[in-house]
Amino acid sequence: MHPSRQPAGLHGLALSLLLAASPASAAGSGLAFVSNEKGNTLTVLDTRTDRVVRSIDVCHRPRGMDWNADRSRIYVACGDDDAIGIVDVAAMKLVDTIPHIADPEAFMVDAARGQLYVSNEDDAALSIVDLAQRKVVAMIESGEEPEGVYLTRDGRRVWLTAEASNLVHVIDVERRETLADIVVGTRPRRFAAPPDEREMWVSCELAGKVDIIDTASLRVVQSIPFLPTGVRQEQVTPVDVVMTGDGRTAFVALGGANRVAVVDVARREVQKYVLVGQRPWGLTLSRDQSRLYVTNGMSDDVSIIDTRSLQTIRSVPVGQIPYKVLLDE
Amino acid sequence: MTRLLLPLVLALLTLTRVAAAATPVTLGYVGLADDPRHRPLRLYTGVVLRPEIRPVDGARLAIKDARAVGRALDLAFGLEEVTVTGAEEAAAVVERLAADKGVRFVLADLPAPMLAQLATTPAGKEAVLLNVSATEDVLRGTSCAPGLFHTIPSQAMLADALAQYAALMQWRRILLVAGPEQADEALALAYARAVQRFGGKIVDTRRFVSTRDPRQREQNNVRLLTQGVDYDAVLVADSVGEFGRSFPYQTVLPRPVIGSVGLMPSAWHWAYERSGAPQLNQRFQREVGSARPMSDEEFAAWAAVRSVIEVYSRTRSTDFAVLRQALADEGTSFDVYKDQRASFRPWDHQLRQPILLHTADAVIATAPIDRFLHERNQLDTLGVDQPQTDCRF
Repeated sequence: MHPSRQPAGLHGLALSLLLAASPASAAGSGLAFVSNEKGNTLTVLDTRTDRVVRSIDVCHRPRGMDWNADRSRIYVACGDDDAIGIVDVAAMKLVDTIPHIADPEAFMVDAARGQLYVSNEDDAALSIVDLAQRKVVAMIESGEEPEGVYLTRDGRRVWLTAEASNLVHVIDVERRETLADIVVGTRPRRFAAPPDEREMWVSCELAGKVDIIDTASLRVVQSIPFLPTGVRQEQVTPVDVVMTGDGRTAFVALGGANRVAVVDVARREVQKYVLVGQRPWGLTLSRDQSRLYVTNGMSDDVSIIDTRSLQTIRSVPVGQIPYKVLLDE
Repeated sequence: MTRLLLPLVLALLTLTRVAAAATPVTLGYVGLADDPRHRPLRLYTGVVLRPEIRPVDGARLAIKDARAVGRALDLAFGLEEVTVTGAEEAAAVVERLAADKGVRFVLADLPAPMLAQLATTPAGKEAVLLNVSATEDVLRGTSCAPGLFHTIPSQAMLADALAQYAALMQWRRILLVAGPEQADEALALAYARAVQRFGGKIVDTRRFVSTRDPRQREQNNVRLLTQGVDYDAVLVADSVGEFGRSFPYQTVLPRPVIGSVGLMPSAWHWAYERSGAPQLNQRFQREVGSARPMSDEEFAAWAAVRSVIEVYSRTRSTDFAVLRQALADEGTSFDVYKDQRASFRPWDHQLRQPILLHTADAVIATAPIDRFLHERNQLDTLGVDQPQTDCRF
């Protein structure tokens, strides 16, 4: 069962369901963890009340986050510390650090292999970190400013965007080599895919669109442009993109347009633009798909969208420059 | 299914990639030996106000940035760097680079008169010349050429950016103070035109001279230079960059100082924090191995190489005619780390791009300023627009 297909949470979730490792993982604490890039903290929200319950000092420039296998710990990329921090969820504090990882931004945990795949923004590489050995065991060269990391469901490939090179790389995890470089629209950022992974959606920030790559031919087969009414084209800068578990609906954070686009995946049509805070980048769907959490980098808050009514029902002030939301449910 | 097809296709792709050796694509860089514009600005006391400018460093960085793109396209991008002593030699070099290495895109880091002359030679007409350091408007006007492209902003663009901000802040009455150099005069003219364009008024124009001679105190004392008239801002046109520094905090009326000092318009700045700019700044400093900030000219050289590589990537062609056409096509846009999509204006081949308005250590605003609208592209509120151009290709 894959109720959602979010790059960050799913892999850990699938595994935890599989192993039934911890009773907590079945229900979860109902907490949401928000990494604040400039605030150097994680803000903790209670999703039942949508109120901030506390703030955890973590490290410098926390960005990407993911769970360990039993969801007792959160890995967090500490961009300005060249490290991956480890937060203990029960203790609510940073308990450990994996050092010597150059400018980490986004990553995914591969619990099956005990590895973590992380983009090194300043080093033009994808690093493979062995979690038991606590060190980088391989680096794979990429285009400039790698960012979005997507681990395929079979765990065999990592897809990686290189923002400044307008490239998507497909990397073989086992052989640790690049299998394909795909030229996409300007400034590619993040990925999402339907459950069958026949296609890969990649947001192209400066092109103002999402490119759809056919994963068999490895070519861009279609693009979806965005242009909400009353917004200039240059304000449309898509970053995060997520898809519902049934692969029917995609949400795209439109950055400078201050909106989230709701897209009918089959018809390739924008259904609605939902107004959120300023410069939305990060998107996280709740497991039951009823809520979409949106981090707004320029207004230091999180918008919460009700995915049935497609309205923003709440906005919660968090720390400075929120980057990503991780849900414990 | 992905799982079944992907390895097959990938295996094929990998083979193709191995079989085809990367085709070399060499870009040219022609600079003036000991270019006086690029020397460090050193005072007689030994204080250095501005480090040496080396546009070629920006070009080298962009070539390095393009390794992965080259891999994807099976092209190996390289740069051939030559310094010359004049326009004739530059023309000979461009001809030789084309004959020996197939170089068709040449970064021109030359003073305006030399570049204008090069653009009229047969070799210059055959190539695409990318101007990375001459801001003079005449190169985009009467001296324009179909093969001449500009990634460095024009003087008019920089002045318009500043004037837009002044208008936004309601600094309408402007006291213009210019230095004695010919370049100061050109700068003052550009500023005056821009102020007027955006609804401001030059209340007086004054001249400073860099001397301590008490007989010229009216022209060398900032308080005397700024008295006797009411104004909202002092606009300084100082192409040298020495005397102008003394205006802030010394004006008779407590007013902001803008132009060559205080709030300044630039193509690039080390303190810009948006649009991935810090990544570019950090890469540049790693490339040059020092904390030297990336100058406008270094940025323009980087943007020039990046633009050329982008057209190789978008067209997937190595045909010069196709590439040149794509470069000039307004629909081809370039990511120059300043939020908005840059592209070359069809009427004068100037790269339209945002301008940063900054102090010594902070970017205060980016132009175009939101309220200034344009019927087609807001970036065209900066610089000479199509109806006003003197350029005839």
